Amino acid sequence: MFSRFTKGRSPKNDTDSSEKPKQASGEELSEAPAATVDETDKSAGDASQRGDHDSPVDTGIDTNNEENTYAVGIDLGTTHCVLAYMPLAGGALQTLPIAQIKDPGIVSEPSQLPSFLYLPHEEEFSDSELRLPWAQQDEVSQRKIISGEFARAHGSKSPMRLVSSAKSWLGHSGVNCKEDFLPLDAPDEVGKISPFAATQQYLSHLAAAWEARFPASPLDQQMLTITVPASFDPLARELTIEAAQSIGLHNAVLLEEPQAALYGWLHKQGENWRQQLQVGNTILVVDVGGGTTDLSLINVTESGAELALERSAVGEHILLGGDNMDLTLAYVIKAKLEKEGKKVENWQLQGLTHGCRHAKESLLLDESLSCVPIVVPSRGSSLMGGSLRTELSREEVLNTLVEGFFPEVDVTAQPVKRRRAALTKKSLPFAQDPGISRHLAAFLSSQQSSPVAAPSFVRPSVLLFNGGVFKSEQLADRMLGNLNNWLSAAPNEGEAGAAELKVLQGADLDHAVASGAAYYSHVRNGNGVKIRGGTARSYYVGIESAMPAVPGFEPPMQAYCIAPYGMEEGSQADLPEEEFGLVVGEQACFRFYSSSLRKEDSVGQLLEDWQEGELEELEDISVNLPAEGKHPGEVVAVHLQAGVSEVGTLKLEAVSPEDGKRWKVEFSVREEALAEA
Amino acid sequence: MNTDINTILSNLDVLHYSLAGFALLLLLLVIILAVKKGSGGGAGGEGSIEPSQLQSEQAPQQKPAQEKPPQFNETSGDSALQLLALLQQEARFIDFLEEDAKTFSDAEVGAAARVVHDGARKVLHENFSIKPIRSEEEGTQLTLESGFNNQEIRLSGNVVGEAPFTGQLIHRGWRVSQVNLPKVNPEHELSLVAPAELEV
Repeated sequence: MFSRFTKGRSPKNDTDSSEKPKQASGEELSEAPAATVDETDKSAGDASQRGDHDSPVDTGIDTNNEENTYAVGIDLGTTHCVLAYMPLAGGALQTLPIAQIKDPGIVSEPSQLPSFLYLPHEEEFSDSELRLPWAQQDEVSQRKIISGEFARAHGSKSPMRLVSSAKSWLGHSGVNCKEDFLPLDAPDEVGKISPFAATQQYLSHLAAAWEARFPASPLDQQMLTITVPASFDPLARELTIEAAQSIGLHNAVLLEEPQAALYGWLHKQGENWRQQLQVGNTILVVDVGGGTTDLSLINVTESGAELALERSAVGEHILLGGDNMDLTLAYVIKAKLEKEGKKVENWQLQGLTHGCRHAKESLLLDESLSCVPIVVPSRGSSLMGGSLRTELSREEVLNTLVEGFFPEVDVTAQPVKRRRAALTKKSLPFAQDPGISRHLAAFLSSQQSSPVAAPSFVRPSVLLFNGGVFKSEQLADRMLGNLNNWLSAAPNEGEAGAAELKVLQGADLDHAVASGAAYYSHVRNGNGVKIRGGTARSYYVGIESAMPAVPGFEPPMQAYCIAPYGMEEGSQADLPEEEFGLVVGEQACFRFYSSSLRKEDSVGQLLEDWQEGELEELEDISVNLPAEGKHPGEVVAVHLQAGVSEVGTLKLEAVSPEDGKRWKVEFSVREEALAEA
Repeated sequence: MNTDINTILSNLDVLHYSLAGFALLLLLLVIILAVKKGSGGGAGGEGSIEPSQLQSEQAPQQKPAQEKPPQFNETSGDSALQLLALLQQEARFIDFLEEDAKTFSDAEVGAAARVVHDGARKVLHENFSIKPIRSEEEGTQLTLESGFNNQEIRLSGNVVGEAPFTGQLIHRGWRVSQVNLPKVNPEHELSLVAPAELEV
């Protein structure tokens, strides 16, 4: 149903190639077979070895022509996607102009692809009007799906056909992301698609835009990194990489967004970064994107005589971002207008949100402004007659945004949480507390396991902002002020508080993630310092404790650790002792848990009980033993072994102790059994 | 259209003067653009493709231009239409000019003018790279040697005698260094600058 990006070169592409920034020499590259997973694994492994030397010498990829090889990074964002690249041989880091429909028949090339899809009615637009520059003339009647700018703009008028926030669905356990259910409220005739398919669509679009520009350097032969939120669970990571692989991008590896932001900063600093960080520093990355807030801690350590970086903790998945802020302002203004007796229609709310975004930016940038007018234009051709005019005042912005999203709170504050009780309808688990300060306080407090000082929380020493929200100094200052307040409190009586945070300057708030991802691709190739990360969580399977059945009570669950915290890419956990009996030919399910707090647990540890909030239950995992050579119904004893693949996804396998045979354990059992033999 | 603007001008305060001036400037740009393109001066920046080029590639049956004496370039008007569509889409430009401003209060016209200003400014900055021709402050004294570029600088006032000419810089001028209009599908009907909209 979805277009794989075409490897064939259309005549148009060929003429374009004469204008390429880098002359495409049209060698055998375009015919080279796509790299297999194994090849990718190998080169990634080599790269990590080279990474230790941290030398600027470019070792290159042996199988490829260096001239046409790039380090590429894709920021697959909730609200927009960006692709950045730099030549592997060295050179400037740039963002790719992404051709997209601006209006039917009109194609623009901004550097961002808004992450929106529009599923048009067949009578709505003619096929030719939706053609992109790389579309083949003879393309068979594929389903037309519009992605990018026009999808967002037109979709706001016909929301029933608009797919948005697909990425948030990927990170949301409790739905089958391969089921076609988006747009949520659409009738069946719209032909819904799945969050997974939407991700494929964005990636195909980016890949096609890339190949139109670099016909001699197909994207599947570049060093490619795709970013995901640090808080993505194993299934969401797996789905992202699977989407990439399904369109031929077998070379993609994953990188966490806050890490990418730091890579973006490192790239900008060049060798200077060593002067700005010291051993013992703890860097807090606060990444507030359009739809999500992502928190990470990265420690500066020493390896040999060199500075090294190590990601030590990541925050929870918080669906709260810049878009919430604009929407909140729009509702404030709507309430004000309605008080004045003016009715605000639904379609006007869209314009109001848009107006509020601009007014907010002006007010937060220029302190001398006390209020900024907002005009919501009419829909009809009478502009002077039908427009709605109002004002947004400095006070409203400060009260709503600064106090609402960045309130001054104690470090002991906790976000207000209602348990996701009985949601009968599919919906995204948006954060219930808009106070980003409280989410941050909770994150820092939760990460301090041993109460060395009261109040107990991790004390970062360096701060890196990311996300367009922080272009506003007032919001950044408030966040910083809050953190400094927490730090200045004496940890113990008679002791001095921690020093003020150092803020890393010069970060590109909009493009740092994509740039950082491209730079990481470069680093993987053996240039520059690599952030050591590994898994940010430990993983457990649930085991029912053996006890006599008590009516009305479920037997208590115990958690059996199968993967410790901090497993590096390409490594495997020890084989746990516990054996599970699996019935051949039947699907076996296990309850599956993770913890970002229990960093000391080792493989084989059995937890009988744990603190509230310490373990988080994920989707069940399942394995289906094929009946080959065995009798159906036979019980086979297996161990569950965990590993982390080279691309950064968690792998679970069932291992037979008898003959060492391995079967893949799947993360999702949801509606259909996805296990494969 | 100009007379329309003049009647508006007589009714408006300073803000509206500047906005209407801005509108005029944009009209001027339409013309500049058309002329530039017509003269084949490579108005398209890197990677940008002029719609007329696209179309001429599709239909290469152009007549040789040698039969006539040196002539003024006819412009196809394609990029003018495209710019008009952009201005309507982002800035409600045609709606604004086609509405009778006399019947509305200054506040209403001012509110509408903000829509035009915000949107037109976005169109201008997204599609053109502009910068002043002269870097000097307006009001400063300037001396031009003989052979100055009289397309870049226009003399006014007591224009007598020989160069060098010394005078006061009244306006710094604007130069478009790059045009980067969106690409147009050859089958797209450019004259439909704003489609009608029907909410079902």
